[in-house]
Amino acid sequence: MRAKPHFAFFDEGSKKEIRRATLKAVAIPGYQVPFASREMPIARGWGTGGLQLTLSLIGKTDVLKVIDQGADESVNAVSIKKLVQETTGVQITDQTEEADLIQSRHRIPETPMTKDQILVLQVPMPEPLRPVEAREYMTKRMHSEDDYSGAWLMLFEQIVKYGKTATAADHPVYVNGRYVMAPSPIPRFDNPRMHQSEALILLGAGREKKIYAVPPFTNVESLAFEDYPFAVESFKGKECQLCGSAHVFLDELIDQKTGEPVYQCNDTSYCMEQLNSREKAEVESSYA
Amino acid sequence: MHEEPILKVRNLRKQFGPGCSQCNNLDSNRLEKNYCTVCGTVYAVRDVSLDVYPGEILGIVGESGSGKSTLMQCLYFDTDVASGEAYINTPALAGFNVFDLSSQQKRSIRNHDYGMVYQNPVHGLKMNFSSVGNIAEKLIAAGNRNVGNMETTSKRLLDNVHIPLHRMKEEPRNFSGGMQQRVQIAKALSNNPPILFLDEVTTGLDLSVQANVLDLIKRIQRELGISMIVVSHDLAVIRMLADRTIVMLNGEIIEQGLTDQVLEDPQHAYTQQLVYSLL
Repeated sequence: MRAKPHFAFFDEGSKKEIRRATLKAVAIPGYQVPFASREMPIARGWGTGGLQLTLSLIGKTDVLKVIDQGADESVNAVSIKKLVQETTGVQITDQTEEADLIQSRHRIPETPMTKDQILVLQVPMPEPLRPVEAREYMTKRMHSEDDYSGAWLMLFEQIVKYGKTATAADHPVYVNGRYVMAPSPIPRFDNPRMHQSEALILLGAGREKKIYAVPPFTNVESLAFEDYPFAVESFKGKECQLCGSAHVFLDELIDQKTGEPVYQCNDTSYCMEQLNSREKAEVESSYA
Repeated sequence: MHEEPILKVRNLRKQFGPGCSQCNNLDSNRLEKNYCTVCGTVYAVRDVSLDVYPGEILGIVGESGSGKSTLMQCLYFDTDVASGEAYINTPALAGFNVFDLSSQQKRSIRNHDYGMVYQNPVHGLKMNFSSVGNIAEKLIAAGNRNVGNMETTSKRLLDNVHIPLHRMKEEPRNFSGGMQQRVQIAKALSNNPPILFLDEVTTGLDLSVQANVLDLIKRIQRELGISMIVVSHDLAVIRMLADRTIVMLNGEIIEQGLTDQVLEDPQHAYTQQLVYSLL
């Protein structure tokens, strides 16, 4: 006989511990709170941090959305959704507006989030200072002493070597003017969208056993030098080949026939929504 | 006119180990050299007081294990002190015992008021970051956020220490020991610190490079008026650089005075031995 799994996979003690760490993280914006990362049915480094946050937060009436690099249907997103649904029976959605809880790997949904929603981001490398300092007790000390010259130095090196900051993703940010935080490998495009976000943003690193948070309406500022201001990826003059959206984060694909690059919304559910609403408008106008 | 010392150290003590009833009372002199034979506690620095005046080079000599480097590490906050006081005579810090300040304030002193050149460049440099980045790190720590500005400063400093500018983007790990040492000096000088610590800077360098580095230090003192504490066991280096000299033995100062005086007319038995064992 198969034993019935506990609601949301974890025993209550585990959930309590994760929630306690989460509360501390919310209380100290950008500070990495250590927690006892649990063994999960997926491998560490595949979203266990985010998944543990999701499972500790989710209630019976919640609606869950899971995104993997902007896509709702990728294997990772589907597996996580299946696990959560099988152990909780909650409703799953693709629509950003419908969801209470959104677990995401490396993107913030294009549709603006509201104060009733929580965004959970999966984090592979929570320590922004790790590339300059390998020792954890040293990076902890550097955080406590407000010594972020290492994080700045990395950007400086990139400018000296490449003439610009070369952080494609995971560009470090100042949270609430105090802690420097790795925003998880979201593209630079998403960094400004963390600033004064209405939704609570929680970040979980399962392998590194850290939870940290950006509470609603918190200042999030990307690190940038005076003479090299922070800039997001530019998609000037380009639009989605499917829905025609500009001003969104676009994926570059190569057209197999022509060999030319084409562009497409990275956020699949947003793209779908645009297409549906246009179709609806077309149908309505043709009836009229 | 009376000059105020820029750095004043009083009764600095540093010990490794808890101490015991045998050795807690230092006057009883139950120590063998500087460690207690009963509990094994090492008294690395014992009751050291010194003054450094603006623009002066203070030399510290002594045998291995006499506490020279530990004293430097204490002053540079690399390690905590057991007890003692230090005062830095700058407008912001006048009157404060810097050992009592918070770790954030100590870091700020390191970034703004101190420069340090370690014996081993590995401690002072990030070996896998470019030389110009290494210098910029100190500037960034001191609050500079302008890339162009920092690049210009770094270039000027590297030029000063005779590092060819076409190698400025190279990592110091590709450099020879002498070049690494010079990059370290450039880094230590980057934000014009009023106080510079030099810990055995020329040890392990060949003679021509040594002469180069010493020349550079002397020039820095003359042109920028930076006060320095120079630790060395090489008396020739001390003779050339230092205005005043302190001789340390077993963690204590046994003799101090003008360099010429100390070297020409040593009073303490150990100093006499040190001076006369010079080849």
